[in-house]
Amino acid sequence: MSMSREHERPGSGPAPDTRHGSDLEAAKIAALPVRHPRRVRGPVGAAIVLLGVAVVVDVLVENKNVGWGEIGHYLFDGAILDGLVLTSWLTAVAMAVGIVLGIVLALMRLSSNPFLSWAARGYIWFFRGTPVLVQLVFWYNLAALFPRLSVGVPFGGPAFVSGSATAIITPYAAALLGLGLNEAAYMAEIVRGGLKSVDEGQVEAARALAMTFPQVTRKIVLPQAMRVIVPPTGNQVIGMLKLTSLVSVIALSDLLYSAQTIYGHNFETIPLLIVVSIWYLALTTVLSFGQMFIERRFSRGAPTRAKRRAPIPDEAVIA
Amino acid sequence: MVDARGVRKYFGSHEVLRGVDFAVADGGVACLIGPSGSGKSTLLRCINHLEPIDAGAIVVNGALIGHAVRGSHIVELPERQIARNRIGLGMVFQRFNLFAHLTAADNVMCAPMTVRGMSRADARRQALELLDRVGLAARADHYPAQLSGGQQQRVAIARALAMDPNLILFDEPTSALDPELVGEVLAVMRDLARSGMTMVIVTHEIAFAREIATSVSFMDDGLIVEQGSAADVLDNPCNPRTRAFLKAVL
Ligand SMILES: Nc1ncnc2c1ncn2[C@@H]1O[C@H](COP(=O)(O)OP(=O)(O)OP(=O)(O)O)[C@@H](O)[C@H]1O
Ligand SMILES: [Mg+2]
Repeated sequence: MSMSREHERPGSGPAPDTRHGSDLEAAKIAALPVRHPRRVRGPVGAAIVLLGVAVVVDVLVENKNVGWGEIGHYLFDGAILDGLVLTSWLTAVAMAVGIVLGIVLALMRLSSNPFLSWAARGYIWFFRGTPVLVQLVFWYNLAALFPRLSVGVPFGGPAFVSGSATAIITPYAAALLGLGLNEAAYMAEIVRGGLKSVDEGQVEAARALAMTFPQVTRKIVLPQAMRVIVPPTGNQVIGMLKLTSLVSVIALSDLLYSAQTIYGHNFETIPLLIVVSIWYLALTTVLSFGQMFIERRFSRGAPTRAKRRAPIPDEAVIA
Repeated sequence: MVDARGVRKYFGSHEVLRGVDFAVADGGVACLIGPSGSGKSTLLRCINHLEPIDAGAIVVNGALIGHAVRGSHIVELPERQIARNRIGLGMVFQRFNLFAHLTAADNVMCAPMTVRGMSRADARRQALELLDRVGLAARADHYPAQLSGGQQQRVAIARALAMDPNLILFDEPTSALDPELVGEVLAVMRDLARSGMTMVIVTHEIAFAREIATSVSFMDDGLIVEQGSAADVLDNPCNPRTRAFLKAVL
């Protein structure tokens, strides 16, 4: 027997002697130190990654064409910061519209009322099926279709409030309508998936405890659905951050468009695009941390691989 | 306490309850036994209107469940009032159905706070008392995933008790448990029965039924075919189908 050889595979060495003394051998094996190949690979992998990063950084720093001076100069430029504020604001408000309307649409879609369910399906079909760029331009040009907008009795009845479309649909309103309504269609499907992931037994138990439908939804179903809803919603927020750059087509100066305006004059294209990327990366980093925090908050009670432990018999705790 | 008359229930064209008459007196413990698919769970779920019935009437605590008499006919109540009907009517499920995102104590506190408007402090105090009663005071802040099946079912019983019910429906409360955990749940149910709680229990634990039931009903194919004291139904069944069933499970 060659007990000293490591990682002996069956058949690769002398056949193990199982006829006698097997207890003794198990004891011998148990006494050997355990080596975990993965823990050795960890630092090696880290070293390779670090080397790679160092090479890239060195190449960029050495390259005079990158224009580090310009980058430093434009990073806190007034126009760039204004664009940054607009981009953040649009992302936040469009996502808020999308999430709230998305929850409503998801509840409609799951409703037993066929009219509500089909209305939601129709909405989702339309807004997911048309390019968001077209939707933005449509809202922006609404005045061409309906010069006056009014709230009142339809089919020729009196109007209570009315105004010119160009005054009501500002570029900001058009941007929020375009991005928010489109986002709602995607959020509706994410929320619906989350709601459906909650076990029917949870709803039954809550109903048997005399809770009403809104109470069951708010206290039992939504909190559990959040575990499924939050990760893809994080994706949507980060996607929206960059999608907002489409608003340049309706004359709004977001982060990217502000940079484009500047390099249109001074041709410092690469440094300005790097400035823009730095800001997008910074915002994405903040959002990712936010997502991590929210995910942790809603994963309470969920058995994860790390947290799962066997139930301890009562006596162990009482004693 | 429970008085059900001529209860009929269809799933599509399949008649699952075919005119069931079923009654439980105040403080009584009624055990429902019968083969799989005979409609035991359905009857239990009709008693608290988790399933609406198609014909007949169910009166619990003097109130028509899920319905009201308007003039010469019966109308189904709006969902809000059905929910109000269910106050005082607990239910314990085969698969426990504890709220997965809440700790044991929060599971027990949820309904009193949401439905009754009880303050958090009072609800917590009550929850700890109830968890102590089912032997789980030390587990108050564990999540369901950290509890064994028997412990989860005992929390579920505490959760039902938190709404101060005078009737609790049990749907095979021990069927999903490992054999060595059945005893702890039955012990809690035995204590409840002794304290005078009215209970309807769907069970396959014939020995337990014999021990605590004030009445046993044998259900087959959507009908209660035999009903009487535990001694009569379990030890001297007169219906051949009851006899065949008991022979198979004992
Ligand atoms: N939601 C439902 N939709 C359609 N059919 C159903 C539904 N629930 C129950 N049934 C049918 O009704 C019949 C009675 O079911 P039920 O669950 O009441 O039986 P049970 O006596 O509780 O059986 P078990 O001992 O297996 O739990 C079965 O044939 C079942 O398939
Ligand atoms: Mg059943």
